[in-house]
Amino acid sequence: MIRSEILKEIAPVISEHLVVCNIGLPSQELHMIDDQPTNFYMLGTMGLSSSIGLGVALAQDKKVISIDGDGSVLTNFGTLPTIANNVADNFILLIIDNGSYGSTGDQPTYAGRKTSLTAVAKACGCENVIECKAEETRGVLEDALKSDKMTIIVAKCESGNIKVPVITMDPVVIRDRFMKQVHS
Amino acid sequence: MSVNEKIVSDLVANNVEFVTTVPCKQLAGVIDQIDACDDIYHIPSNKEDEGMGLCAGAFMGGKRPAIIMQNTAIGVTINTLVTLTQYYRMPLPMLISYRGELGEPVACQVEMAVHTKALLNQLNIPTYHFHHEDDVNEFDAILKHTFMCNKPVAILTDASFWKGY
Repeated sequence: MIRSEILKEIAPVISEHLVVCNIGLPSQELHMIDDQPTNFYMLGTMGLSSSIGLGVALAQDKKVISIDGDGSVLTNFGTLPTIANNVADNFILLIIDNGSYGSTGDQPTYAGRKTSLTAVAKACGCENVIECKAEETRGVLEDALKSDKMTIIVAKCESGNIKVPVITMDPVVIRDRFMKQVHS
Repeated sequence: MSVNEKIVSDLVANNVEFVTTVPCKQLAGVIDQIDACDDIYHIPSNKEDEGMGLCAGAFMGGKRPAIIMQNTAIGVTINTLVTLTQYYRMPLPMLISYRGELGEPVACQVEMAVHTKALLNQLNIPTYHFHHEDDVNEFDAILKHTFMCNKPVAILTDASFWKGY
């Protein structure tokens, strides 16, 4: 399974929740598969999906899912201690770990080699860290949503991309419709 | 009222409830007061771009944010300021210690100080410079201005303002 297949599987699970989606192909794929006003698409700023999602979760009560990647978390490694030490039980960080920088041509990341993001998250103090196979992601995510506990999911999948159009929606429109859903 | 008390009191009066900080020696007092303030959620961040991501999220979640950091962070955060804060039109007051100005004991700090205003100018970021203690009286108006215009706004605070290093 590749990332876009995971996104297709989880789309019905996340469609009612606030979602912050990582820059590049993840956002473009989610936008193509199931565009929702509850989705905040990152059009730039590599690495900050988890930070933006945590900020949203800490500021209000609705559940927030940040969809991130292994390369992106490696870019913003400081995010894991911040998450661990600022527990928001309405926050789920879903790291789709395909061991590569997908949006830039599938260059391998260190997460696909010696580095375990699951072990790193635990070492940073995150309490509910679940590593799963791609095929298990939907079930693990459903359980995490039910648990009302801040959860980090590391979904291991194969690298690979599908052809998707870029998002042409204006960033202020993306932000405005997302904020309307936050406050609805 | 001390400068630190005035800053925190203006933040609270302007409903700033979410403040992220990356420390600087000059900012130690104000960071302590923010941490002790019951009306503000203080979330230290490990790097300033991470902090701006947290602030963007908090803003969209309905809380007014602010970041407190050193001017060296301008070098770290240009991409985030441009592609997140400015691109999505979000407000962000940035209380910045302006290291490398008169009284600075660490020569390397001057290397970033000489670029600070030029970079902020290049980024079209409204910039205010607190040099005298009384300059803090503008802080309230700057916060109102920031949340009126939905832009990142820089408040540079130098060693003279903080009464020495």
